[in-house]
Amino acid sequence: MKDSFINRKYVIMTLIVLAILGLLVRLFIIQVIKNSYRISADNNVLRYVTQYPARGLIYDRNGKLIVFNQAAYDLMVIPAQTSKFDTLGFCDLLGISGDLFRKQMKAAINYSRRAPSVFLKQVSTETYARFQEKMFLYPGFYVQPRTLRKYSKPVAAHILGYVSEVDDNITRKDPYYKPGDYIGKSGIEEAYEKEIRGRRGVKIFLVDVYSRIKGSFANGKKDTLAIQGANITSSIDLDLQAYGELLMKNKRGSVVAIEPKTGEVLTLISAPDYDPALLVGRVRSENFAKLQSDSVQQPLFNRALMASYPPGSTFKPINGLIGLQEGVITPETRFACNRGYLFVACHVHPSPLNIVGAIGNSCNAYFCQTYRKVLENPAYNTISDAYEKWREYLNEFGFGNKLGTDFVNELKGFIPTSEYFDKYYGKNKWKALTVISMAIGQGEVGATPLQMANMTAAIANRGYFYTPHIVKSVGEDHVIDERFTTKHQIDIDTANFEEIVQGMEEAVNSGTAASVKLKDIIICGKTGTAQNPHGANHSVFIAFAPKDNPKIAIAVFVENAGFGATYAAPVASLMIEKYLKGEISNKALQQRILDLNLGGNKSESER
Amino acid sequence: MGWINIYAAVFNEEHPGLLDFSQRYGKQFLWIAASLILAIFIVIIDNRFYFFFSWFIYGTCMLLLILVVIFGKEINGAKSWFEFGSISLQPSELAKFGTSLALAAYLNTRRQDLTKMSVMVPAASIILFPAMLTMLQPDMGSAIVFFSLFMVLFREGMSPYIFVSGLLMVALFFLTLLTNILYLTFVLIIIAVILVWFATRKWKLVLFGSGIFLFIAVIVYLLDHYFIKSFGNELVVFISLIFSGAAYAFYIYTKRAASVLIIYIFLIGSILFVNSFDYAFNNMLPKHQKDRVNILLGFKTDLHGTGYNVNQSIISIGSGGFTGKGFLQGTQTKFKFVPKQSSDFIFCTVGEEWGFLGSGLVIGIYLFLLLRLIFLAERQRSDFARIYGYCVVSILFTHIFLNVGMAIGLVPVIGIPLPFLSYGGSSLWGFTILLFIFLRLDASRTEYLI
Repeated sequence: MKDSFINRKYVIMTLIVLAILGLLVRLFIIQVIKNSYRISADNNVLRYVTQYPARGLIYDRNGKLIVFNQAAYDLMVIPAQTSKFDTLGFCDLLGISGDLFRKQMKAAINYSRRAPSVFLKQVSTETYARFQEKMFLYPGFYVQPRTLRKYSKPVAAHILGYVSEVDDNITRKDPYYKPGDYIGKSGIEEAYEKEIRGRRGVKIFLVDVYSRIKGSFANGKKDTLAIQGANITSSIDLDLQAYGELLMKNKRGSVVAIEPKTGEVLTLISAPDYDPALLVGRVRSENFAKLQSDSVQQPLFNRALMASYPPGSTFKPINGLIGLQEGVITPETRFACNRGYLFVACHVHPSPLNIVGAIGNSCNAYFCQTYRKVLENPAYNTISDAYEKWREYLNEFGFGNKLGTDFVNELKGFIPTSEYFDKYYGKNKWKALTVISMAIGQGEVGATPLQMANMTAAIANRGYFYTPHIVKSVGEDHVIDERFTTKHQIDIDTANFEEIVQGMEEAVNSGTAASVKLKDIIICGKTGTAQNPHGANHSVFIAFAPKDNPKIAIAVFVENAGFGATYAAPVASLMIEKYLKGEISNKALQQRILDLNLGGNKSESER
Repeated sequence: MGWINIYAAVFNEEHPGLLDFSQRYGKQFLWIAASLILAIFIVIIDNRFYFFFSWFIYGTCMLLLILVVIFGKEINGAKSWFEFGSISLQPSELAKFGTSLALAAYLNTRRQDLTKMSVMVPAASIILFPAMLTMLQPDMGSAIVFFSLFMVLFREGMSPYIFVSGLLMVALFFLTLLTNILYLTFVLIIIAVILVWFATRKWKLVLFGSGIFLFIAVIVYLLDHYFIKSFGNELVVFISLIFSGAAYAFYIYTKRAASVLIIYIFLIGSILFVNSFDYAFNNMLPKHQKDRVNILLGFKTDLHGTGYNVNQSIISIGSGGFTGKGFLQGTQTKFKFVPKQSSDFIFCTVGEEWGFLGSGLVIGIYLFLLLRLIFLAERQRSDFARIYGYCVVSILFTHIFLNVGMAIGLVPVIGIPLPFLSYGGSSLWGFTILLFIFLRLDASRTEYLI
C-alpha cells in the first residue's frame, strides 16, 4: 500500500522535538541560570524566629542586685491561621475587653495576614500559664517569651532609666533595631544600651504553606543563640541611695554624692522621683504619660543633672581659691564686715575675718571685696580680661560646661562670658560692682547639683577630680571609658586648697553649720542659701568627709527650704554618717528631716 | 519493548511526590496494580476486538461524557467525575482512547480521501464531538487534547492549509492577547504584502496593491472621521481591505494568480479571527480562565490569587537548581506550597528534588517515548494500527507539553495530568489502555485486520 503522506511524519517529529526543546530551554533557564527562585523558595519555607536576649543585670558598688529580669510573654497572632473560635472565652482567658480584641485583631490584619504580629504585649506569667493550657483551641496564636525589668528596691529611677519599645524613628536610624525590640531610655539603660542589650539570636524553622512549624532548619546548625547582655556594676551605693531618697521624701531638690578619689557617683537623687517599676510592662506607656503630665511634681525631671541652681554661698570657697591663687588676697588678708558690703547684706559674725573665718562664717563682705580685687587685678588690662581669667578657673572646675559623665542628659549650667555682659551692659560699661553678686554665687551664675558635687570632690582632693560617672565596671572585663580614669588637675596650688578646707572645717565645727557636726568624723562643709526669684530660698550645702583622705563629697539642694544650715546641711551630715559608719547617731535630727514636708511626692507603684 | 521499562522507570519517580500522602500513595499503588492487570487483559484480548468494537467503545464513551455533564460530580468547578463510593471516574480519560479507536477505524479504509470534504467532515466530527462535550464540563485541557488529534488527520492527508491555519490560529491567539489588535492587523497586512512579493516577485504589483489599499483606507478614514464617526480604526482598515479586495480580485482573475488569492484569504481570515477571538475572550470566557491566560502573559501578577499556583510551581522547580535538593528534600513539595502537587503539578516534585538533571531526564524519556511511538506507528502494516498509534502520540504529546508547560509557566494553567506520573486512577487507566492497545496492535503488526 502506497503511503503518499509518509514524509509528513518528519513534520510531526520536528514539531514534537521543537516543543520539547522549548520546555527544556525554559527548564534550563529557571533551574540553572536564574537563582532567584531558590531565594523565593527559602523565603517560603523558612521562618526566622528572633531569640530575644535578656538585658544585663545591674549591681551596686557592693555587689547588691538592683535590676534583674522577669519573664514575660508576648502573645503573637498570625491572622491567616486563625479559625473561628470562641472570642468571648478568649477575652476572658486573657482578661481583655472585646473592644481591645477587635482593635488588636484589626491592627494585626492590617499589618499582614500571613506574618506574625504582637497581639498582646507582656502577658504575665500567670495569664500565660492559664492561656497555655487552652492554646490548642486558638490556632494562629502563639507566645513569644520576652524579659521585663524588675527592681529590687523602688529607688534610683533616674540613675537606672527605663526600657521601652523602639519606635519608627529608631528603627529607621539604626538597622540593628527591628519593630518590637526594646531599647534603654535615659540613665544607665540608655547610656550603656550597646553593652547591656546583648545580642539577638535567631532560630530558623521550616514552615509549611499554612505557616505551621514543621521542625528546625538544618537541625539548628544555622541558628544563633541569643547572648545575654553584659552585667553592669554601678558605682552607686544602693543603701545610701535608698537612705537619701528616704530623707528627701516629701521634698523637692537633689542630692549628689561622689567618691572624690575616683569620681564615682555614690548617690544621685532627684526628688520627687518615681518608682522605676512604674515604667515596666504593659502599664508603661500609661504610667509614662501620667508621669509626664504631672507638671507639679515633675517626677521625670532629673534635677541632679538638669536643674540649674544659683549655688549661693557654696560658691564662696571657689572664689576664695581664685583670689588666693591670683594673689589678690593672702591667707592673712582681713576684710571688715559692717553687716554687709554696699548693697550686699551680711549677718552678724565676728569681724574682721581672714579667709578661714570668712568661709566658716560665710561673710558676704569678705567675698565681695575679694571678687572685686580679682576683677580689678592690675595684672590685667581690663576687667574683661580679669573676668575671663576668673571664668577659666571655673571652667577647670567643670562649671559652665557639660562634665562629660555617662549620663545621657546633662545641663551645662551657666557661667556668663564677658561678651554676655558686653552685650547686656555695653562694652566697657560694666565694672566689678556691676557683677558683684556672683561673688556670693548669685546673679547670672547657674550650676547643677552634679557640678557642685564635683567641685566639692575637687576641693576634697585638694586640686583634682575625675569626671563623675555612675558605672564602675561593665561586663566580664570590667572596662570603663578612658575619660573616667583621666585626672583633671586644677591650676591652683594645694596650699591654697588647705586654707579653704580649713575654712570649711570651721564652718561645720563652729560656724554656720555647727548644728550638724559629728562627734568622730570631721566634716568640711559650706552652707548656702540660694535666692530664688520664684519663691523661698533654696537650702544648699556642700561637704566632704573625712577631712583627711576624704571618702565622700556631697552636694545637697533642698528647694524652697530656707537657710542652708537648716535642712540641706542635716541631710548631708546624715548621709555622710550613714555612708561612713552605717548608722545614725543623731536620731532626733534624722526624725526632724523625715518629718519635714515641703510638698514633694514620690510617684509610687503598688507593690 | 524498550519502553515498558520506561514506563516502569518513570513510575518510580512518582514516589517522592506521594510519600506525604500515605493514603494517596496507597491508593495509587492499587491503581497501578489494577492497571497492570488491565494491561495484561488488554494484551490477551485479540487485536481484532479493538477494531470491530471501536465504534461501540466510542459510543459508550460519548454516552458517558453526556451523562457526566448531566449527573457528574462537580470538583473544582467542572463536572468531570462520576463517583462510585470512594472511587471516582473521569470518563474524558476513557473517551480519549475511544475517540482514537473510532478515528482509526473510520480512516482505516478512507484515509486517502481526507482531502475530500465528504471524508474530512465526518473525521473532524469524530474529534469535535467529544471536544465539545468536554468543553461543556468544562474541561479545557481534555478539549485541547481532542483537538490535538487533528495532527493525526494531517499525517493521514488532511490539507496542510487546515493544519497551518490551525497553527496560525494558535499563534494569533497569543498575539491577540499580547498586543493591540490594530497593530496586529497592520503587521498581518505587511506580512501579506511581503508574502505577495515572495510569491510573484513583482515590485510593481506589490506597490500598486499597497497603493490601492492606502488610497481606499485614506478615503474611508476621512469619511469616517467627518461623516460616519462610528467605525473606529479597526473597522476602517477592514473595510478598506474588503474594497481593495475588489481590485485584487480583478488582478487575480486576469492573471490566474492563485497564490495571491490564498494570501488574501488568509489575511482576511486572520483579521476576522483575531477580532472575533478578542471579542470572545473579553466577553465570553469565564473569569478564571481569562485570569489564567492573563497571568501567564504577565498582564496580571496576583501572587496570592490565581497566579499563586503557577508562581509557587515555578519557584519549586526553579529552586531545584542543576542537581536538585535530593529525594524527599524538596521544601516546597514537603510543605505543600504547590496546590495539587500530586496530580496536575507533579512535575514540581521532579523539578525540585531532582533538579535540571532529573527533570531533563524525565522530559528526555518522554521525548524518546514519543519518537519511539512514531517509529512503531510507521512500521505498522495496517492503517488502523498506524492511525491509532499517531492518536496515542498526539494525546501523550499534548498532555506532556501542556502539563510541563503549565508547571514552568509556559502555558496557562490547564488541569491536565502528566501521563504515568500524576496521581489519579482514571488518567492512569486511560493511559494504560491507550498505550497497551497500541502495544497489542503492534504485537500482531504483521497481520492485516481486514
